Amino acid sequence: MPLIETRDICKIYKTGTVEVNALMHVSAIIEAGEFITIMGPSGSGKSTFMNILGCLDTPSSGQYFLEGSNVGNLDRDQRAHIRNKKIGFVFQGFNLLPRTSAIENVELPMLYNGLPSRDRRERASEALKNVGLSGREDSHPGQLSGGQQQRVAIARALVNKAAIILADEPTGNLDTKTSAEVMKLFTRLNEESNITIIVVTHEQDIAAYGRRSIRFLDGHIISDEQTIRI
Amino acid sequence: MIDIPTAIRISFRALKKNKMRSALTMLGIIIGVGAVIAMLSIGMGASKRIAEQISSIGSNLIMVLPGATTSAGVRMGSGTQTTLTIDDAEAIQSECPAVSDVAPIHNGVAQVVYGSQNWSTGVTGTTPGVLAIRDWLLESGRPFTQQDVRNAAKVCLLGRTVVDNLFGEVSPVGHVLRIEKVPFTVIGVLSVKGQSPQGQDQDDSIYVPITTAQKKLFGTQFPGVVRRIMVKARSMEDMENAERQITELLRQRHHISSKQENDFTVRNLTSIMQTAEQSTQVMTLLLAAIASVSLLVGGIGIMNIMLVSVTERTREIGIRMAIGAKTWDIRLQFIIEALTLSLIGGIAGILAGIISSQVISMMAGWSTMVSPYSILLAFCFSGLVGIFFGFFPAYKASLLDPIEALRYE
Repeated sequence: MPLIETRDICKIYKTGTVEVNALMHVSAIIEAGEFITIMGPSGSGKSTFMNILGCLDTPSSGQYFLEGSNVGNLDRDQRAHIRNKKIGFVFQGFNLLPRTSAIENVELPMLYNGLPSRDRRERASEALKNVGLSGREDSHPGQLSGGQQQRVAIARALVNKAAIILADEPTGNLDTKTSAEVMKLFTRLNEESNITIIVVTHEQDIAAYGRRSIRFLDGHIISDEQTIRI
Repeated sequence: MIDIPTAIRISFRALKKNKMRSALTMLGIIIGVGAVIAMLSIGMGASKRIAEQISSIGSNLIMVLPGATTSAGVRMGSGTQTTLTIDDAEAIQSECPAVSDVAPIHNGVAQVVYGSQNWSTGVTGTTPGVLAIRDWLLESGRPFTQQDVRNAAKVCLLGRTVVDNLFGEVSPVGHVLRIEKVPFTVIGVLSVKGQSPQGQDQDDSIYVPITTAQKKLFGTQFPGVVRRIMVKARSMEDMENAERQITELLRQRHHISSKQENDFTVRNLTSIMQTAEQSTQVMTLLLAAIASVSLLVGGIGIMNIMLVSVTERTREIGIRMAIGAKTWDIRLQFIIEALTLSLIGGIAGILAGIISSQVISMMAGWSTMVSPYSILLAFCFSGLVGIFFGFFPAYKASLLDPIEALRYE
């Protein structure tokens, strides 16, 4: 049983009378433990695909199986539950809560699954340690560098022991050096903890960190190939 | 589902980030709740006063007054006729089953002398039943008896004001004072009664047997005539029966044919007072209703600020949704935030209301009363306002699309 399987997924946006086919009959299989990069120009459908994989959005037609169960037509709260339990998000703009300490940002996903506050604190500080930020628990996002902020976001994605991390342009706001650090962190999490990593990017050298690369164009997958590690 | 203590902590933090804004929003609730508490306290103070006055004149009280005389077509007003007698009073006592006590009253003003002190006061000639009718107790001594009435004994009961003016600290029981030069032995002192509903000092009075008053003090051309008869009905429910029985009895005794008007008037004092009490209750409700309008305005202020807050925090809502917050997690967060605003405002408003009702009673001299009931009411009401006006912004927040919300700048 694959971790992720999409069958014939289409996504149509209606803006007024105009219909935009963001995704057209996309079928893909992703196994647990893969490190995948998704590439393509803007408007190619890669973000839409990510949103559907992340259960933030639902396909207009087609099926999406996550760990064997069809999650493509769940309601809001059921999808929220899946996001909370199985998926960690990392965004280009970090999306941390401002004026809130690093550790509280990491605790955030656990607020919504009823963990007692002591366990929350413990697991959050463990996650921060995992991304190399112990000692910065009480720093606010404004007091951290971009790379550090992104690592807090990764800790937040990890803290509920998610099976998948979906990263949308995670290095878009970072310089080359910190980009490399973040990508190395992903590689380590993938190799050591067998977490499935899916990274959307348009930079070729970032894509090189993955082991498989999927290319989108005009709502179709145009290539899906193994990449050679540099 | 998010746990409540955490949700409360989050809401406190959010409110602390905009201290000024939160304080101003609360001010609306503070003023609203404070106004409700203050208005209720004024109204309740007023009705408490009226209730006290009702009990001070005596409960289930009926007053029988002589009718008006008509002289050459000019009617002279109630009480000008001399139609009521002690015999009427006795007949009411013995023949009206709904009546428990009767006291005929013959009164006047007299100069009272004791030692070197003198004092002018109202002297009421009556029968022992008056104490039961007025719910009046003796502070010391004994009441006068039917025997005293029959013998026209020169004994008297003094009100507290008279005692204070004539005797000072000395206990007057057993002493002899002179009323209009007639010596009277003081046999008892009445307990303090306070003001009547009309503002008279009820303690500035002397009670003597009615026969003594008629024969020795206020001589009259018509022996046995009394100025009025006070009657106590057996119970509240018997008031109407008693009135009817008295009217029938007196019409019969006074030989009034069915076509003639009564030569006496039967008045129910308690019902007049109860009407007054009801009107204060209506006034209280009215005041509270007006005050709650300001609470409503405060609630709209909360809704307004919560809507602003939801818009400002769209991105935060998006983040929370992306990492697993469900519809009710988001709603609860904003409802609790609104509730925190309104309840803190409510508590501060209760304090403000108590303080302002104290200030009002001090400045205007009105009696005010803050009841625990009105505090509870105001607190619950402010909570309801918070939930009610917080719900719409919370509802709006929970319907945001996470993808849109995450893109919001």
